[in-house]
Amino acid sequence: MSKKDQVLINRIADAARTGRISRRDFINTSIAAGLTATTATGLWTTKAAAQPKSGGTFRWGLHDGNTSDTHDPGSYVTRQMIYLAHTHRSYLTMINGDGSLGPDLADSWEASADASEWTFKINENASFHSGKKCTADDVIASLNHHRGDDTTSAAKALLSDVVEITKDGDYTVKITLTGGNADLPWLMTDYHFAICPANDDGTIEWKSGDGTGPYKIDGGEFGVNWQLSRHDGWHREGAYFDKVEILVLNDPNARQTALVTGDVDAVSLIELKTMALLQRDPNITIHNIPSAGAITMPMHCNKAPFDNPDVRNAMKLAMNRDEIIEKIAFGAATKGNDFHHSPAQPYWPEDIPQREYDPDQAKSLLKKAGAEGLTVSLSTADSVYAGAVDMAVLYAEQAKAAGINVNVVREPNDGYYSDVWLVKPFTLVSWGARPTPDVMYTLAYKADAAWNESYWVNDRFNELLLMGKAELDDAKRGEIYREMAMLARDDGGTIIPFFNNFVYANRSNVGTPDALAASWECDGARAASRWWFTG
Amino acid sequence: MGDLTRLVFKRLGLGLGTILVVSVLIFFAVELLPGDIAEAVLGQGATEETVTAMREQLGLDRPAFVRYFEWLGGAVTGDFGVSLVSGERVSDAISDRFVNTLFLASYAAVIAVPISILLGVFTALYRNTIFDRVANVMTLTTISSPEFFLGYVLILFLAVRATMFPAISSLSGDMGLLELLHRAFLPMLTLVLVVTAHMMRMTRAAIINLLASPYIEMARLKGTPPWKVIVKHALPNAWAPIINVVALNLAYLITGVVLVEVVFVYPGIGQLLVDAVAKRDFPVVQACCLIFAATFILLNLAADVGAILTNPRLRHPK
Repeated sequence: MSKKDQVLINRIADAARTGRISRRDFINTSIAAGLTATTATGLWTTKAAAQPKSGGTFRWGLHDGNTSDTHDPGSYVTRQMIYLAHTHRSYLTMINGDGSLGPDLADSWEASADASEWTFKINENASFHSGKKCTADDVIASLNHHRGDDTTSAAKALLSDVVEITKDGDYTVKITLTGGNADLPWLMTDYHFAICPANDDGTIEWKSGDGTGPYKIDGGEFGVNWQLSRHDGWHREGAYFDKVEILVLNDPNARQTALVTGDVDAVSLIELKTMALLQRDPNITIHNIPSAGAITMPMHCNKAPFDNPDVRNAMKLAMNRDEIIEKIAFGAATKGNDFHHSPAQPYWPEDIPQREYDPDQAKSLLKKAGAEGLTVSLSTADSVYAGAVDMAVLYAEQAKAAGINVNVVREPNDGYYSDVWLVKPFTLVSWGARPTPDVMYTLAYKADAAWNESYWVNDRFNELLLMGKAELDDAKRGEIYREMAMLARDDGGTIIPFFNNFVYANRSNVGTPDALAASWECDGARAASRWWFTG
Repeated sequence: MGDLTRLVFKRLGLGLGTILVVSVLIFFAVELLPGDIAEAVLGQGATEETVTAMREQLGLDRPAFVRYFEWLGGAVTGDFGVSLVSGERVSDAISDRFVNTLFLASYAAVIAVPISILLGVFTALYRNTIFDRVANVMTLTTISSPEFFLGYVLILFLAVRATMFPAISSLSGDMGLLELLHRAFLPMLTLVLVVTAHMMRMTRAAIINLLASPYIEMARLKGTPPWKVIVKHALPNAWAPIINVVALNLAYLITGVVLVEVVFVYPGIGQLLVDAVAKRDFPVVQACCLIFAATFILLNLAADVGAILTNPRLRHPK
């Protein structure tokens, strides 16, 4: 290595240390500078990647928090509740930075051969902030909080196929299902299934805010702020900060200003419109992470003209996704391919060709279907997604080249999901992230699902869905989800323009791992226990 | 003075009646909103069963007027019930926030009221000079800009560029008074800028109005200096309209600051009310609105009493 190269490498390493370039950029640049990939990776570890350091108070600004929020896991809905839950409570399992499933309260888990009975081994070191050990009773009570006739939990449907939950000793929990479900350990990462201390009567004590998470609540108020300090008995690695302060900053401008002036160390969402300007600030690192949340445009397959697959495919071909992502999502989105399975979810099939904008082919498909000069109405509302109406208008313009007239109908924001969605034949919908393709497909693509938004019935797809659900072999599952993706893409009734990215930021003195979990903003909502101060 | 006491009691009695009417209006307005608390809390994922279960637990399946009178029964004895969403006592949920709101309002009032009255007197004294024009243009500009815009401008210059004050006013209980004043400075300044113009212009107009009266002419003719004419002769007769405007603006400082709270993330009562309405949390909405109604009633009463005290003629209505 020449002296000039050495200077260059040092400069790049500096940039990486201060967070100005990512690991991938570092390695690419180093390779360009004449290093081998192995040397570059080694350099990253020794020179650039800072080792996590303990200490400091992490001030974390969150969007989406109300004064009317509560500690009740059954009513978790805002980011404030969800992020706080991931900080002061624990779940049985957690999604790791690289997207794999890892242990949280449960050390290990295994299924019976047909995946209908699951056994979770609880970490015996786990304790509540009150000092009490976390046992099987607490886990059972916490899960039962979402079951039964009088539960008010929004997560009731997720546990509807659970027959019973029993314990086998103090640290083993058995969950019996009506049928096989290979995804159960993934489901346990759902933000509602936070573990709370059990009362003697089998209910849970959620009001006190006690939990088994990395930080314990010292004080705070919903909709304002929370002060937490490290729980010394935490059962996993991490929790580098001494204290965590959560601030609810609903106003996008207040959030951005607080980050720029250093009043907070990280924020959970930045405005896409000003992302490019914020990028110029050397003290700020922006993360743009593909998520599993999606914008969908379901067409009712049981109604003309969408009952013809050629028409549906013509509609899909008539969309210029690149332009929509550039103009509506300001580039912060991942291109959709008309199957509701995001790269941020497990088992994502990589090799499926991307559907491109092709008005000519759309035209010929319409001709084949005898539907030339097609006119359809697309219902949407601004509450669905910031820019939803603009996006519909842009799509209408793009579809003109394929000879399709799209009338954009602006519906009222109130009651959109009860009066328009599932009712009007062609709508625009926003979906939150779900942990696995099975959960997503079961919810909105299964023939008899209440939310089968495109009324799509495909026998092979439904057969595969059941096979995939009970399949424990990952390779086979991957194959199944690949075939289902192809079916949804080429026969299904849903256009998927894009998966929206999570865009959040931190000050550059905050260290973050190379890979950030994509289940929520801020490293799967676990920034408080996974990030650290570099100095 | 007996007349005045009688007036105060009469007005307080009428005020109670007003509050009762307000509570009925608020209750049925919340009832009229589409959807109820169960749907609002459970969101898009609400199923028929969970909504029904939640309604039963909260007693929402009973008729509206039964629920209203239950609430009224409690309220008369000073028990405002519990928040339907969090189960917390309404008085606990509101008290801290109301204290914060009162703190910000008094902080702004202590600065805004003297400044605007002084400015009013000076602009009347030096009317149609450069000073008068500049003061008018400045205050009219600040009152004409939306509060959140003023807030953002102040943040840009005083928090981002000059880093003199924090951009967000997160308060905590263990802060000293000086730190509280420092943290709340920008929201206070925004409010001061918003309310100053109204009070200043009213002071100026009321004084100038009187300057044409014969008794002022008399004062001038006997050689009283202009500032003395205004302070000793015109101002005492101008107090009534000024006090009224001040009272209105003080009420505004308590009830109308939601935007400022949002921009500066100030934990006041406005945000609480907005969230409670979004969740249809009736006891909290009711309590907040009654506090606002009582604020208006009491400040109006104070304005009238003030006007009577400064103008003996009003004590003997014909």
